[in-house]
Amino acid sequence: MNVFSSVVFDHLLLAAIPQIWYALPLIVVVSLVYGATRHENLREIFTHSLRNAIWCVGFMSIIFFLIWIAGFWN
Amino acid sequence: MPEIVYPQESGEPVVVDLKDPYWAAFFAWAWPGAGHFYQRRYAKGFLFMICILSTYFFGLGIGQGRVVYASFKPGDLRWQFVCQLGVGAPALPAIIQSMKTKKGGDPYWVLCERFPADYPNSSLAFHKITPENNNDYTGKTIKDGFMAPPGGMNKPQVRSRVQTDTLGRWHFEGKHYFEMGTLFTVIAGLLNLLAVYDAFCGPAIITPAQQEMLESKKKKNKKKSKQ
Repeated sequence: MNVFSSVVFDHLLLAAIPQIWYALPLIVVVSLVYGATRHENLREIFTHSLRNAIWCVGFMSIIFFLIWIAGFWN
Repeated sequence: MPEIVYPQESGEPVVVDLKDPYWAAFFAWAWPGAGHFYQRRYAKGFLFMICILSTYFFGLGIGQGRVVYASFKPGDLRWQFVCQLGVGAPALPAIIQSMKTKKGGDPYWVLCERFPADYPNSSLAFHKITPENNNDYTGKTIKDGFMAPPGGMNKPQVRSRVQTDTLGRWHFEGKHYFEMGTLFTVIAGLLNLLAVYDAFCGPAIITPAQQEMLESKKKKNKKKSKQ
């Protein structure tokens, strides 16, 4: 185990987090950065980001639901 | 010194001073947020820096420092590095490591050493050398370096097999974290390209005039669909 793995795996206990939750920071970051490229004022950036994040989660939920339904044909 | 003014429906118009956009774009690429600091757009600079660098370093961390490396050899075409390079200076050590290991040299910042592919005890090939399994091996080992390509390139006759297997070992040891780390670092690099665009051209704000034009187009389309 090197320093990286011991810090990340032993201390942060990332191994216990289900993989789906890794999408959460990505959604937040992508929404914020995209929002920041469309506005100059922070208030507008955050509003735009919130709308983007909701849209992303909605889109992912639809895909998740379709895949979940498709799983019944196995 | 280009200055962009965005008229607003209500309140003051938004004025963005891009200074020298070429320098701003370069700084924005070299260090996420630096281009915006140069343009004195501090809030956005901090936002870009925190978002992009935290994503990048988190990915690099869960990938145990191995997910960002430059390799464009047959059998290991690391196309993801092109995207990761978008993050600028934090990805540059990968190029240094690639140059250092190109002709079979050992990487800087060694993370661990492994038994070579042709190690007599084949079940230990590519395994990390630990005090428990080290039987005083004195030959040339495979060294995993921080942001270095998979090792084991010092024997040309087994190049492709060695290369593939070291990488395979990384995937095996890292489990899904190797892919997840790659994903995070790739996204960080791509997001920084958006920040570079913002530093070069300013924000893509929709002005009231553009908004009006978009709405009139929508109305026209609705009318057409009704007819």
